[in-house]
Amino acid sequence: MAAPELLSGWGRTSPTLATVHRPDDLEQIVSQVTAPSPRGVIARGLGRSYGDAAQNAGGDVLSCSKLDRVLAIDVEKGTVTVESGVSLDTLLRVLLPLGWFPMVIPGTSYVTVGGAIASDIHGKFRHGSFADYVDRMRIVTPARGAYMLEPEADANGFWATSGGMGLTGVVTEATLKLQSVETSRIVCDTERTNDVDDCMERMLERDHEYRYSVAWIDCLASGGHLGRAVLTRGNHATFDELPVSDRSTAREYVPRTLLAAPPWIPNGLLNPVTVRAFNELWFRRAPRTTHRVVEGIKPFFFPLDSVRDWNRIYGPRGFVQYQFVVPFGSEQVVRTALERFSAARVPTFLAVLKRFEHDSRSLIGFPMSGWTLALDIPASPRLAPLLDGLDELVVEAGGRVYLTKDSRLRPELLAAMYPRLDEWRSTRAALDPDNLLRSDMDRRLDLSGAGRRGS
Amino acid sequence: MRDALGEMQSVLVLGGTSDIALATVRRIVARRGARVVLAARKPEACEAAEAELRAAGASEVHSVAFDATDFASHEGFVRATFDRCGDFDLVLVAFGVLGDQDRAERDPAAALEIVQTNFTGTVSVTVPVVTRLRAQGHGALVLLSSVAGERVRRSNFVYGSSKAGIDGYYQGLAASLASSGVHVMIVRPGFVHTKMTDGLKAAPLSVTPDEVADAVVRGLALGRGIVWVPPAMRYVMAVLRHLPVAVFRRLPIS
Repeated sequence: MAAPELLSGWGRTSPTLATVHRPDDLEQIVSQVTAPSPRGVIARGLGRSYGDAAQNAGGDVLSCSKLDRVLAIDVEKGTVTVESGVSLDTLLRVLLPLGWFPMVIPGTSYVTVGGAIASDIHGKFRHGSFADYVDRMRIVTPARGAYMLEPEADANGFWATSGGMGLTGVVTEATLKLQSVETSRIVCDTERTNDVDDCMERMLERDHEYRYSVAWIDCLASGGHLGRAVLTRGNHATFDELPVSDRSTAREYVPRTLLAAPPWIPNGLLNPVTVRAFNELWFRRAPRTTHRVVEGIKPFFFPLDSVRDWNRIYGPRGFVQYQFVVPFGSEQVVRTALERFSAARVPTFLAVLKRFEHDSRSLIGFPMSGWTLALDIPASPRLAPLLDGLDELVVEAGGRVYLTKDSRLRPELLAAMYPRLDEWRSTRAALDPDNLLRSDMDRRLDLSGAGRRGS
Repeated sequence: MRDALGEMQSVLVLGGTSDIALATVRRIVARRGARVVLAARKPEACEAAEAELRAAGASEVHSVAFDATDFASHEGFVRATFDRCGDFDLVLVAFGVLGDQDRAERDPAAALEIVQTNFTGTVSVTVPVVTRLRAQGHGALVLLSSVAGERVRRSNFVYGSSKAGIDGYYQGLAASLASSGVHVMIVRPGFVHTKMTDGLKAAPLSVTPDEVADAVVRGLALGRGIVWVPPAMRYVMAVLRHLPVAVFRRLPIS
């Protein structure tokens, strides 16, 4: 059943109308990918990309919601094979009781495996991104129909599809490498830092002791407290590290949604006053000195998943997420960004600061060794000059912004941020010579380089 | 594509010599270097505007011939323009004539020229434009209307009634496009100092094309349905339209 639907990204900006199909078998997907309507087709998972990556104005959108089966678990090799519409939430519910855990977990469990591959997502783990742990995937491309893609056999196709924003084909199935864990808990150390320099220093000093690391920065703090942060780092808890009372449920994973944001929240609820108060509370709640607790997967990895539809709190006008990465040595860009946000009194909740110690192998992947800063900001026209200015600094430093979060980049900067763009484009063109795969993001940024001028 | 902060990449102006349209597009091209198509009865009259928009940052500017009263040509014109240029993030309907009220009261041809340009011509070109915007599933359609249509006055009722008609048409159109991905916005300026009003005595609360342009750009970014310029006009007109006829007729402005 295909129906016209208004679609937008998680930021709820720029909605456009597309015909949404919900195929439930490979044959339908092949026919829709090889012969879409004149304005092309793009796959969509749970719609967690912030911008316009998974929408296709006037064209077709393939929702992967019915591709929701976990197909096989190989306990010898430690792999799981799933259909692409399976969410990480489902995956964790299935895997954790068996003592398995994905290698890379992002900040929300409500993303699909297909979307995780198309964005080559990362998380609080610093040494690899999602596609680094994909053994193989089944993909449907306009040129070749359905086939298995493996990194050894077709490195270009594999690394153009991973992080390729859905523009090389539709992933229908994937086999993921897993790590074994003893429990569904994290031993988490939390500490406060005075400012951003203090925070970075502590991360450099002690990050190696932890598998996961993230700093939550108060962007409204200024002066001597610019970039004050709460640093949380953790490792998977071993059975022995659990309190005795928790041992009978050592691998249990039953996350619950506590609240839902109502649909009627007005624009402007998040303003410098309310956000400052929230950030102050957040900071004061954290212990002054390093404090160790054992906590669940959900509070550690997915704190926002407790509030369903939390993106509504920004009101109908929506919000943008700005995330960039700059190489080590360009710490000044992070500092300058924080200074400018603080000076502009942009009402932004906590920003997230992380380190990467790897480069994405995707041809247009985001992660590179360095610092990455991400923050949510209510959409407002006055934001454009501020973010455009920061983009310049990021490019100068040899960094880039994250396409999965993007909804407003100046298209001219794309090639400078993604030096392997041409390589990606030619690989993509071989898989989709007639440019049948299209998204609004492609129209806006001309990612595919087909010069289609928006049509 | 329009981005999350309202920046646009392609604009079609119907009425390419309009001062208000030019001021609006100048602002739009400044940051993202949009492609612009100016449609006007005499495209050669757009040369100065073309140069100005290029200087302001437009990546491409074309002028094409468009005659608002040649109704039969409209469908073909819209098809050719969209086929050649691709999607438009914004279609700005800015053509219109003020006409000569005295002549229009005596000469049917003069009255018809005003009505056929401002009302019939706008409807005639809007229909195929909307078909294309619906098909592309995104975009904004902006009508430069006027407060003159809100309560029609003795002194310019031919112009005022044509604006009242087209304003009403666009109100209904906005409702019909509500879930289509297409944003319809009606702009109702008061007296604007332009070529069109050159030599006329300015009414109270008069504004410049730049002020109207600022309001249009802001309204687009905020997703407004109706924009009054200046904003106080909304309240002035709310009072005026409810005044009893006997009182309204005695006002110096009518």
